[in-house]
Amino acid sequence: MQGAAPQYAIRVKDLVVGFGRQIVIDHLSLDVRRGEILGLVGASGGGKTVLMRTIIGLIPRRSGEIEVMGAAIGRSEDRSTQSAAGRWGILFQQGALFSSLTVRQNIQFPLRENLKLSQALMDEIATAKLEMVGLSPEVGDKFPSELSGGMTKRVALARALALDPAIVFLDEPTSGLDPIAAGEFDALIKTLQKTLGLTVFMVTHDLASMYTECDRVAALADGKIVAIGPMNELLQSEHPWVRAYFHGKRSQMLQHQAS
Amino acid sequence: MVSAPQLTASMSGDVLELRPGGSWTAAYVTALEALSDSVAEQLDRSKAVRVDMTGVSQLDTLGAWLLEKISRRATSAGRRADVVGVADDYAGLIREVRQVNRHNPAPASPPNRVLVKLSDIGRSAIGSMEDVAVFLQMLGSLSMALFGVLRRPRSLRLTSLAYQLYRVGFQAIPIMVLITFLIGAIIAQQGFFHFRKFGADAYVVDMVGILVLRELGVLIVAIMVAGRSGSAYTAELGSMKMREEIDALSTMGLNPVEVLILPRIIALIFALPILSFIGSMAALYGGGLVAQLYGGMSPAIYIARLHEAVSVTSFKVGIIKAPFMALAIGIVACSEGLRVKGSAESLGKQTTTSVVKSIFLVIVLDGLFAVFFASIGM
Repeated sequence: MQGAAPQYAIRVKDLVVGFGRQIVIDHLSLDVRRGEILGLVGASGGGKTVLMRTIIGLIPRRSGEIEVMGAAIGRSEDRSTQSAAGRWGILFQQGALFSSLTVRQNIQFPLRENLKLSQALMDEIATAKLEMVGLSPEVGDKFPSELSGGMTKRVALARALALDPAIVFLDEPTSGLDPIAAGEFDALIKTLQKTLGLTVFMVTHDLASMYTECDRVAALADGKIVAIGPMNELLQSEHPWVRAYFHGKRSQMLQHQAS
Repeated sequence: MVSAPQLTASMSGDVLELRPGGSWTAAYVTALEALSDSVAEQLDRSKAVRVDMTGVSQLDTLGAWLLEKISRRATSAGRRADVVGVADDYAGLIREVRQVNRHNPAPASPPNRVLVKLSDIGRSAIGSMEDVAVFLQMLGSLSMALFGVLRRPRSLRLTSLAYQLYRVGFQAIPIMVLITFLIGAIIAQQGFFHFRKFGADAYVVDMVGILVLRELGVLIVAIMVAGRSGSAYTAELGSMKMREEIDALSTMGLNPVEVLILPRIIALIFALPILSFIGSMAALYGGGLVAQLYGGMSPAIYIARLHEAVSVTSFKVGIIKAPFMALAIGIVACSEGLRVKGSAESLGKQTTTSVVKSIFLVIVLDGLFAVFFASIGM
């Protein structure tokens, strides 16, 4: 939401990540444009989550450059990573809500830690965020263990958005949700992305979300981005893995219904 | 484009003109709160308010909400509020913020303190009744499982029992020996120090022998076991409960009490008497060592005095208590483990409760046994 901000929200250049002798990400480059929803697909265990966690600084990298909103992300857990933390929000796969805090306290946590504001305003902001993700204010007094799967994801999204970040990272946001809830969640992300002008980086396996939601989809195979572009471009890709992914039985069925 | 936020207010006739400018974002929240509070008074005096947003360079939910609050304050008092000059980028956000916080549930009135205190007392009374019920229920299902095993001895989980016995029995020996050895030595030292004044050195051996065999040996070991193994049982069963492993067991037609709890408690019932015996011996050894080094009493005399002072009865009185204490520790530890709910905090709370309760029960049991043995003259 900055006027003179760079064109790219995230730039990754020549990134290498490995554990022991195994190379997971092999000289990968990827640009995420500002204000787009980018879907990242790849085989299970193929390094999607590793890529995401490397960008946000949870996993150290061997070499390569990462830039978020025009600022380079340091190689280890130094201050620059921490200051960037205010600019992104992360929705973890299992929600990762703090189980000893209520929903309201969970949403207020980043506010309380990073800003100095009155408790009354904090309560209002928390309620506002809850309503923005489609939950009623009464949910605020519940504990995470009392929430259903869909509600947990919504609360986690509200917490990720607490500081109005420019970028949100979503790790399989619709996994474990029924198709209706998943559809609603997709629509919610789309709406919020428009209202708040977010850049969304989404790791997903949900073909339906890719069709309805993503501006571009990037395919990760063999530690590299092998194809990137809008969904219809990806469907034309000649790469064998991408063909197998999008032209398998399950994908065919969905395309049939979509057309 | 990042610049400190401002808010200029001017009155044109009865209309209050507000011109926010700069960055209305979370980063400037402290300044923003002060700014929006500063116009409150003027706002209440004016007839209508006009918010001109042309000067706003950056806006996020927090800033939008603060501006929305100003308009809402005006409209709730029956005055007009207009918002103009909203940049296209932020129109959606302004519209969204207008929808939120509309139907706030009325804040609950502060509860009456006396009533809260009374309800706390009531709740804890009911809570302790419930604790007794939970204890008895666990004792019941444990007996059921035990009868089941007696009818079909093959269903006893021997591997698990042996493993638990190894963990709570064998692996505990070094620490138990160390602690009881030190306790025995300390008692003997204190005994010599004080008894010497009356020339009653010889009776130190009586004191050490009777105290260790009847009371301290088993009590110290039981408290150590409650802290060491009881807490482990609670934490293990609790995290199994959290990860639905216990539910998985029951859906496979297995009884969690028989599979998980019975072997643990039986292991404890075997381990505690053995540990108490080893512990008592270590304490007597510690006492003897101090008697020789500090009291100047030769080992032969120590053993001879010990032989006169203690009888098999003292030993029996001590060791009989051990299995009962083990049962109490095991039942409390396992039933607290099963009461763990979803959160990490509840696991910690239940583990603490388990240790505190089982140590309390061990001491109460010891007292009851003292009364019992006194009345039958042992």
